[in-house]
Amino acid sequence: MAVAEADTLVVELSEESPGARAWRRLLQRKSAVLGLVVIVLFVLIAVFAPLITPYDPTQQSWTSIRKPPSLQHWFGTDESGRDLFSRVIFGARASLLAGVVSISIALGLGVPIGLLAGYGGRWVDAIISRITDAMLAIPFLILAIAMAAFLGPSLQNAMIAIGLTATPIFVRLTRGQVMAVKVEDYVEAARAVGNPAVRIAVKHILPNIMPALIVQATISIATAIIAEASLSFLGLGQQPPAPSWGSMLNTAQRFLTNAPWMAIWPGLAIFLAVLSFNILGDGLRDALDPKER
Amino acid sequence: MLLFLGKRLLQLIPTLFFVSVIIFGLQQLLPGDPALAMAGEERDPAVLEQIRREYRLDQPIYVQYLYWVGGVLSGNLGESMRLKEPVLTLIAQKFPVTLQLALMAIVISLSIGVGAGVVSAVKKNTPIDYAVNLVALWGISTPNFWLGIMLIFLFAVYLGWLPASGYVSLWEDPWLSLKTTILPAFVLGNSFAAVLMRHTRSAMLQAMSSDYVRTARAKGLAERVVVLKHAMRNALTPVVTLGALELGTLLSGAVLTEQVFSIPGFGKLIVDSVFNRDYAVVQGVTLVTATTYILLNLLADIAYVLINPRLRS
Repeated sequence: MAVAEADTLVVELSEESPGARAWRRLLQRKSAVLGLVVIVLFVLIAVFAPLITPYDPTQQSWTSIRKPPSLQHWFGTDESGRDLFSRVIFGARASLLAGVVSISIALGLGVPIGLLAGYGGRWVDAIISRITDAMLAIPFLILAIAMAAFLGPSLQNAMIAIGLTATPIFVRLTRGQVMAVKVEDYVEAARAVGNPAVRIAVKHILPNIMPALIVQATISIATAIIAEASLSFLGLGQQPPAPSWGSMLNTAQRFLTNAPWMAIWPGLAIFLAVLSFNILGDGLRDALDPKER
Repeated sequence: MLLFLGKRLLQLIPTLFFVSVIIFGLQQLLPGDPALAMAGEERDPAVLEQIRREYRLDQPIYVQYLYWVGGVLSGNLGESMRLKEPVLTLIAQKFPVTLQLALMAIVISLSIGVGAGVVSAVKKNTPIDYAVNLVALWGISTPNFWLGIMLIFLFAVYLGWLPASGYVSLWEDPWLSLKTTILPAFVLGNSFAAVLMRHTRSAMLQAMSSDYVRTARAKGLAERVVVLKHAMRNALTPVVTLGALELGTLLSGAVLTEQVFSIPGFGKLIVDSVFNRDYAVVQGVTLVTATTYILLNLLADIAYVLINPRLRS
C-alpha cells in the first residue's frame, strides 16, 4: 500500500509541468508572494485609478493650497491645491507603464539579437558582443539621460531611452544562455534531423532560456521604474500637469520647508513598487533558476 | 602580467570605438534639422550656417564621425553653445567636485557594505543576518534622489545641523566642505553599500565553507583570526571586481545626487546642458564618464590580478 502511494506520488510529481513546479516553488517563498501581491495591487490601482481617486489629479484649487494630510485629502495637497492621493494613484500608471513598456522594448530587441549572436557565426557574435560591451560601458542612467535629451522630453521618449539602454543586458544574457544550451544533446539532435536554425532557436533554445529571461526582466522592471522616476525628476519624462512620481518629487523639493508631506508619498510609492519587483525577482530566481535547484 | 596587461589594453580598443560611435550616433536621434535643434532659441541664419560648418552637417555621416572622433582624440570635445567654452575645460572644472563626492561615497559604502556583509555571513541565518539583508534590500530599492530629499528635510530643515545644498571646495574650507558633502556622499554611497554588502556576504559564505578555513579552525585558531585573516582576505578579491562593475551605478547616481543637493559637478553639468540643448557638452560628459568607467574597470582587473597570487604568474 505504502509503496503504491509512493509510486503515485512520484508519478504526480514527475508529471508536474515546469511552469507549475516553478509556481509552486514561488508560492513557498513568503517574501516573493508579498512582492507579487503588492505588484498586483499596484496594477489594479493603476487600471482602476479613475474609480478609486476622490478628485481629478490635475484639478487645481486655490482655496486648498499645500494643505497637510486630513480626512478630506488623505495625503494632503500640493502647491496648486491638487489632491496628492489622487496624483500618487494616477502616478502609478506612468511608472508601471514605463517599467513594462521599456523592458518589453529591451526584450523585443535584446532576445533576437542575443539569439543571433549566440547562434550566428563568429563574426556576427564578435560585432554584436563588442557593441554590447560598449553600451554596457556607458553608465545606465547617463546613457538614458543622453538619449532622452536628444529624443526630447516626454514619457514616450523616456520609455524608448530606458528600453534601448536596457537592451544590452538582455543581449548578453540571451547570448550566454544560448552558448550554454546549444551544445546540449537535444539541440544537436534537432539540428541533425535537419531543422532550420531559426526553428531550433525559437522552438528548442528559447523555451530553455525563458526562466533566466523572466528573472532578469522582473529585476529590470524595478530598475526601469527607478530610471523613469529619475528622468521625470530631472524633467525628461512625464510632462506636467500629468502626474508622475518622479516629477512630483521634483516639485516637492521646492516646498520642503512648508509642505514636507509632498515629498513623502511619491517617494514611498516608488520605493514600494521597486522593492516589490526586486523581492519578486529574487524569489523567481530561487524558483526558476536550474542552478539553484 | 605584461602579457595580461597588453591583452586587456587591446580589448579596450573595440569597446572604446563602439562607445564613440554610440555617443556620436546620439546626434542622429535629434528630431528634424539637427542644426536647428542644436541652435536652440537661436534662429540667426549665420549661426545655423556656422553650426552646419562646425559639425560638417552637409557631409556624409561617416565624414562627420571621422572629424568628431579626430577632434576627440586630439583633446577637442567641441565647444559649449551656451557657455562659449571648450567642453574639456568645463569637464576639467567639474571633475574634482564629482571625484571628491565619489571618493567619499566609496569610503562610506566600503565601511558599511563590507563590514555588514562580513557580519551577516558570520552570523548566517540569525536575526542580525536577516536585518542586514533587509537593510541591503532597502538600499537597493530606495531611489537616491528621494533619500536625498528626506535627509535634507531631516538634517537641514528640521534639525538645522547641515546646509541643505551648495558646495564648498576642500581647499577653501575643509570643515565646511565636509559639511556640504557628507549628506550627498552618504546618499550616493547608500545603494553602492547595499550592493557591496550582498557581494561580500556571498563571497564570505563561500570562503567560510572552504577547506582552508576548516584547516585554520582545526589548528585551533581564534574565530576572529579565522574570519579576518583567512576568510576575509580571500573573499574580498572577487568583491573588488564586482564592486568595480557597480561603479557605473555610482556615476549614474552622482547625476541625481548633485541635482538634489545643487552640487556643481559632472552630473549637474550634464543635466544643465540637457536643458540648454548644449549637445556637445552632453556628448562630452557621456564620453568622459564612459571612458572613466572603462579605465576604472581596467584598474580593478589589474588589482584583482595583483591581490591574487595564483593569477600573478
